[in-house]
Amino acid sequence: MSFGHTNKVYTTESGEVVYAMVAEFETPADVYHAAEKVRDAGYSKWDVHTPFPIHGMEDAMGVKRTILPMVIGVIGLTCAGLGFLMQWWMSGVDYPLMTQGKPFATWQAFVPITFELGILFSAFTAIIGMLFFNRLPQWYHPLLKKDRFLRVSDDRFMICIEAGDKNFDPDRTRALLEGAGGTHIDLVEE
Amino acid sequence: MSSIHPDQVTAQQLAGLARLPDRGAPAPGTGDGSLIDDPSVRSPLVLNQRTFKEVTDIVCGYTENKPGKWWLPTLMVTGSIAGLGGLAILYLVITGIGTWGLNNQVDWAWDITNFVFWIGIGHAGTLISAILCLLKQKWRTAVNRSAEAMTIFAVICAATFPGIHIGRQWMAWFLPPIPNANNIWPNFKSPLLWDVFAISTYGTVSALFWFMGMIPDLATLRDRADMRLRASKTGPLIAPFIPIRVDAVRAYVYGFLALGWRFSSRHWHRYEAAYLVLAGISTPLVLSVHSIVSFDFATSILPGWHTTIFPPYFVAGAIFGGFAMVLLLLIPARELFPNMKDFITLKHMENMAKIILVTGSMVGFAYTMEFFIAWYSGNEYEAHVFKFNRAIPTWMSERGAPYWWAYWAMIFCNVLSPQVFWMKKFRTSPMAIFAVSFLVTIGMWFERFVIIVTSLHRAFLPGEWGMFYPTLVDITTFIASCGVFLTLFLIFLKFLPVFAIAELKAVMPQASPHHHDGHGHDGHGHDGHGHSGEHHAKGGHH
Repeated sequence: MSFGHTNKVYTTESGEVVYAMVAEFETPADVYHAAEKVRDAGYSKWDVHTPFPIHGMEDAMGVKRTILPMVIGVIGLTCAGLGFLMQWWMSGVDYPLMTQGKPFATWQAFVPITFELGILFSAFTAIIGMLFFNRLPQWYHPLLKKDRFLRVSDDRFMICIEAGDKNFDPDRTRALLEGAGGTHIDLVEE
Repeated sequence: MSSIHPDQVTAQQLAGLARLPDRGAPAPGTGDGSLIDDPSVRSPLVLNQRTFKEVTDIVCGYTENKPGKWWLPTLMVTGSIAGLGGLAILYLVITGIGTWGLNNQVDWAWDITNFVFWIGIGHAGTLISAILCLLKQKWRTAVNRSAEAMTIFAVICAATFPGIHIGRQWMAWFLPPIPNANNIWPNFKSPLLWDVFAISTYGTVSALFWFMGMIPDLATLRDRADMRLRASKTGPLIAPFIPIRVDAVRAYVYGFLALGWRFSSRHWHRYEAAYLVLAGISTPLVLSVHSIVSFDFATSILPGWHTTIFPPYFVAGAIFGGFAMVLLLLIPARELFPNMKDFITLKHMENMAKIILVTGSMVGFAYTMEFFIAWYSGNEYEAHVFKFNRAIPTWMSERGAPYWWAYWAMIFCNVLSPQVFWMKKFRTSPMAIFAVSFLVTIGMWFERFVIIVTSLHRAFLPGEWGMFYPTLVDITTFIASCGVFLTLFLIFLKFLPVFAIAELKAVMPQASPHHHDGHGHDGHGHDGHGHSGEHHAKGGHH
């Protein structure tokens, strides 16, 4: 997860390496305000886990706007262009095909397929890009071993601060999460 | 963990045997979910003031518990009908296209009628998932998952027909531009090839959109199965004496499909961005697909087909027929599945009835305009098609149209029957909506039949005039496509999350991070989601 960090490695009493500290919240409002506090405390390797996307959470967490739409646009337009070139080369150059009395390479007739290919590859980029930037699929994750964490997919809201964060300190981080209203604060093993 | 080790009552509620408690309306006059005349009051999207937990339990319960007694017999019937289609297609492939009623004059008939019929039905799903998303229509969250599923199943049915009508079906791989021994490429100037690209793009993008929307809900199903596995050493097995628990299979399969989703807000951020882009590109896509389907006809010179009105007319008709199919599926479903009426409310019914009224009237306008232009253009071939191939019955003129009944069935079903939705009484009656949707579905099939067959059967030279009569293979293949569609939908209802759980939760009033702020700090931290059942009525509606 955290390459080349020089942080201290924390272990639990049983000697397992600590991955993170988690805290539970009851409502979207609670976790929203807690996220603002964690953001203001200067943490960077942390996350909020919620059953649905909470409106405005990006701002509460200080997450930068994703470049994904730009990537989709660039790849989509490129593939549309390549699709046009494909048609032009196949119909006009490699095997010139005269139909309907039209010239071999008529750009007007190539518009529908150019458009469809642009859409097709934009859609692939959208979903593959979303997974890529999110580093998914990742079927193993320390959090998923935690029983209480599984309730995030139902009605719980959790904040998870990674032990790899430069500001992480078991006592101070716990105090911060407690102060923000978190309950069931616990360590997650790697 | 009450949902993991439920008591008797909860277990029955989760299994869909008992209804969850009615909590009534959060504000007077908003209870039944129908539209409220006062525009400043929003009717709730989820009725009975459900908590997040109840939403999860209800929707996951549909897949986790035994379905109603109707499910398996229905599936066996539709599955058998679908199987007949396999036999019909096999017979077609080993014998030839002559097994259909096609002839020299009418060389497109039920095959292309069925193709356009099914592809049109799919359009409602994309309209709901993409266009209504861009328009911020929050009510779509209750119907988008099932409508998108319907889209994909309709595209599967649709794509079969061009695939099998090409004659030598084993040459179907010549459709995409794949290098071949003949060293030739497909004709990119042909609308039929545009259609290949449009339909395959449409099917692929719809499936991607559907799958991406399902990732969080699959993760919910995974986590619930996982929780039960961890909580107890015993549980139902997949078969007697085979020591594999059903929940283990669920955790594995749903877990695989959920791709390790862990509800991270950083992930949600990119997920929502990708979702919005997909909605944005699906909107022009869905408009282009039926436009391109209409080019199959409009770019030819056949009277009755060669009209510029076709693309918008086809798109409106597709949305019209698609919504009718959505309602045909969802009205029985909300009766059969417990608590589904909390999500698919009368408001949803009424909204969709209004869309049917609008698009039905657009289609009626297009029918009228076609007729007007046939007369106004002064083109005698065009006028002949509309007068003597379609409208005038045989008993009124000896040149009359042998298919007049198909034309007037179309007018009755598509233009007249939806007009009852001007009256609120009919728009809010599921029975009336179901009846109209049924008529519209029939009418939209006849529309394509009328466009295709009545234009072809009497073209320019009277010496070539002929009739089309369907054969048993024609009829079996069409009915079987309905069987395939229903079978896939029944399987979907049982095994996948029927509602977009995460999206439903996100439009509930307690989902807003400012839900409590408007009320001071009185209820902070104890009542937003919990088990007390106390909720603020109309908090955070922005």
